[in-house]
Amino acid sequence: MTGKRFALALLCGSAGLGIGFGISAATAPPDDEKPGGDTTVFATGRNAFSFPLANLSDEERTRFVIGNSFFKRNWVEAPASTTARDGLGPHFIARSCGGCHVTDGRGEPPQIRNRLGPQEPSVGLLMRLSIPGQASAQAGVVPEPVYGDQFNNAAVQGVKPEGSVVIRHTPVRGRFADGTKYTLQKPAYSFGDLGYGPMHPQVMVGPRIAPQLIGVGLLEAIPEADILDNAARQAAAPGPVKGQPNRVWDAFAEREMLGRFGWKANVATIAHQSAGAFRGDMGITSSKMPDEGCTTTQTDCLKAPRGAHGDGPEIDDKTLAQVVFYQATLAPPARRNPQDAQTVRGQQLFAQAQCAACHRPSYMTAAGPFPALTSTSLSGQRIWPYTDLLLHDMGDGLADGRPDFQASGRQWKTPPLWGIGLIKDVNSHERLLHDGRARGVLEAILWHGGEAEASRQQVLKMNKAERAALVKFVESL
Amino acid sequence: MKHLVIAAGLLALLPASHVALAQTAPAPAASTAAPAGAVSANAVAAHYAALVEAGYADTLAGAKALQQAVAEFVKSPSADTLAAARKQWLSAREFYGQTEAFRFYGGPIDDANGPEGRINAWPMDESYVDGTSAKPQGGLINNRKFAISKKTLAAQNERGGEENIATGWHAIEFLLWGQDLSETGPGERSFEDFVDGKKPNADRRRLYLTTVTELLVDDLASVAKQWAPGAKNYRARFEKGGQESVRKMLLGLGALSRGELAGERLEVAMNSQDQEDEHSCFSDNTHRDVVNNARGIQNVWLGAYKRADGSAVKGASLRELVAGKNAALAEKTTAQIAASVSAAEAIQAPFDREIVGAKDAPGRLRVQKTIDSLTQQSKDLAEAAKAVGITKLVFDAPKK
Repeated sequence: MTGKRFALALLCGSAGLGIGFGISAATAPPDDEKPGGDTTVFATGRNAFSFPLANLSDEERTRFVIGNSFFKRNWVEAPASTTARDGLGPHFIARSCGGCHVTDGRGEPPQIRNRLGPQEPSVGLLMRLSIPGQASAQAGVVPEPVYGDQFNNAAVQGVKPEGSVVIRHTPVRGRFADGTKYTLQKPAYSFGDLGYGPMHPQVMVGPRIAPQLIGVGLLEAIPEADILDNAARQAAAPGPVKGQPNRVWDAFAEREMLGRFGWKANVATIAHQSAGAFRGDMGITSSKMPDEGCTTTQTDCLKAPRGAHGDGPEIDDKTLAQVVFYQATLAPPARRNPQDAQTVRGQQLFAQAQCAACHRPSYMTAAGPFPALTSTSLSGQRIWPYTDLLLHDMGDGLADGRPDFQASGRQWKTPPLWGIGLIKDVNSHERLLHDGRARGVLEAILWHGGEAEASRQQVLKMNKAERAALVKFVESL
Repeated sequence: MKHLVIAAGLLALLPASHVALAQTAPAPAASTAAPAGAVSANAVAAHYAALVEAGYADTLAGAKALQQAVAEFVKSPSADTLAAARKQWLSAREFYGQTEAFRFYGGPIDDANGPEGRINAWPMDESYVDGTSAKPQGGLINNRKFAISKKTLAAQNERGGEENIATGWHAIEFLLWGQDLSETGPGERSFEDFVDGKKPNADRRRLYLTTVTELLVDDLASVAKQWAPGAKNYRARFEKGGQESVRKMLLGLGALSRGELAGERLEVAMNSQDQEDEHSCFSDNTHRDVVNNARGIQNVWLGAYKRADGSAVKGASLRELVAGKNAALAEKTTAQIAASVSAAEAIQAPFDREIVGAKDAPGRLRVQKTIDSLTQQSKDLAEAAKAVGITKLVFDAPKK
């Protein structure tokens, strides 16, 4: 498959150099022009991430728009006249899903030296908290005793916010082999204005940026066997790459499953992710996650009014299902200019630097885990997400020191690369990696350590033209 | 002798046909009038650009008239000056609604730097901008620590959520009409909200209204500039785009038909029956939004647009391009698009009452008819695209 694609790509490359005889094979699009197979949309611009799967049925398109309306709705504090959407908080970081996943895209960290305080709407960076110890099988982490498993910088009236997040940066300087200098910004996180007293001295902090949501339904439909096969092949192969699956509790399946979502693959399904985010980020309870995140110390939080459903969940199952379906049916956009000569050169360099060892290009999808929360349009598609969905030790520089289920403090799940080049169009930034520290693709590569160190070394040796081509390729996906 | 008479007859004909050409459209369109049944992609793209230019020009003129009325209102708030400002808002919206057919392909309105989100984002979380019945002291207006300027408002727009709308048509609408708390009519904000001493922060309310109106005019002007003729701008590139430009035109029509109009603007409202899910919920003007969106699609398809001054823009169209390949399909699509316009025109005001009731409530049936027609037309458009060799859209042609 790879060989055939390169042959085609090289042919396209030479046509791109201006020979252009109009031979039909040379102008046929490459296999991976449609990263989502038949689900792919040919979209660019601000709305690039917001289209439904191209092959969705009429009835499902209706479900999609209804799910979207709840995805972007602002939830409001109880008591409120708009009872359909009340129950925000008592502690929260955002008022809507779209508040962090802006137009289904990626959040960004606040400006350097800014604080994320109670007046500051979240910009898509959440802070996970935990302490060392034996986690329960269902939680995967031991929550910080006063502040819980997530830090909330905002609160409803009458309840104290948990505090502010303080971010400081130190420069990390380096040089490419050709002498070009670069400076990365390494963030350090701390908390101020704590509302409920000091934090546990051994608190572990995990910053997490909101990723773009395109193709999550397709990722959910990758057969588990393929992901486990990735791990087996890597284990058997020589070299430093040894990816591992995460195994996590899923509240909807009510059993342990393979993790796929989250920066440490700590979530198995979109349903669990959504219910968890409603609860953790917005304080909206659901039938699978009925408790607000107030700890025993946070008595004002415990006493605050709940949404207008008495003791019932603040989002009902039907509405939550629509929101899950909406995300599952967000379409990946087509590649941009895949046959451009520079892009084709970049593809060769991607192979040369062994990037595909972790960023596995392609799969054939099967089906999502819950039939009512997914679409048959996702099945049987040849997709190109460029991820093995496994955990890898990425070195000291990126480690956050906070384990999550079976992921260590040094491991990160390989994120998909599809759509990266369109984050600029959709969100007006290109902040990459788990906390958005990397400004663009090249910086993201420069942060690769641990199992990826050898690949990083390859890139350091590339000259300016080669680096530009590699970046162009990744941005074309 | 006979041939002299014939020659004279022919000579008589020529000036008349020249006059006819000159009357149909401004210069670019005249040059795109093609022999019957044979238009090129370039001709269609060029005429589209002229149509877009006209649409944005009319919208900008309407926004400037609104700005004028807002200035009068802010200078001397009264029931009359408020009514005049509201009238100008409604009037300008007639043109903006038709320009939404130019969205969704990353053109000047919604490319990476496009201002669409600043111009027309909805629904609004009212409490983000001003006090509401639930939270009277809330919003940017009542927060005296927040400096009101075009720059700060633009930065606050959609900050921390797509509903955190600080700018654009609907922010202005909210300021002019206030919350729609009535079951039978639009918002009933009093002009006194803008009078010092009558309501807290009236001074900031006046400044906010002036500022967002100015920002709207600026944003519309920047988009119009990209479609101006004879400049080194988006239009210049678009006119040379041939098939790719035609693809963009169709993408815009299809996405507006199914996803945005049928879906976001009609189906969501039908599902929730909620006043908040209405496009123009403060003014209760949604029924006009639906009609103008449907007409905007028709304008592009037919290559025909009626300007604010009554003149007609007419020229090479998608309809003709498709008819050149499949006449029956072109007619089918034309008929379906016309049916959507009719169905939209049949929707009765106020929209938030139309959507309420059981499945067979007459208002709901009228809205559903519009949804169904728009859904069918998006399929026809996908087929039409395929007929002219375009398959790279955001929706599939139906599988036969």
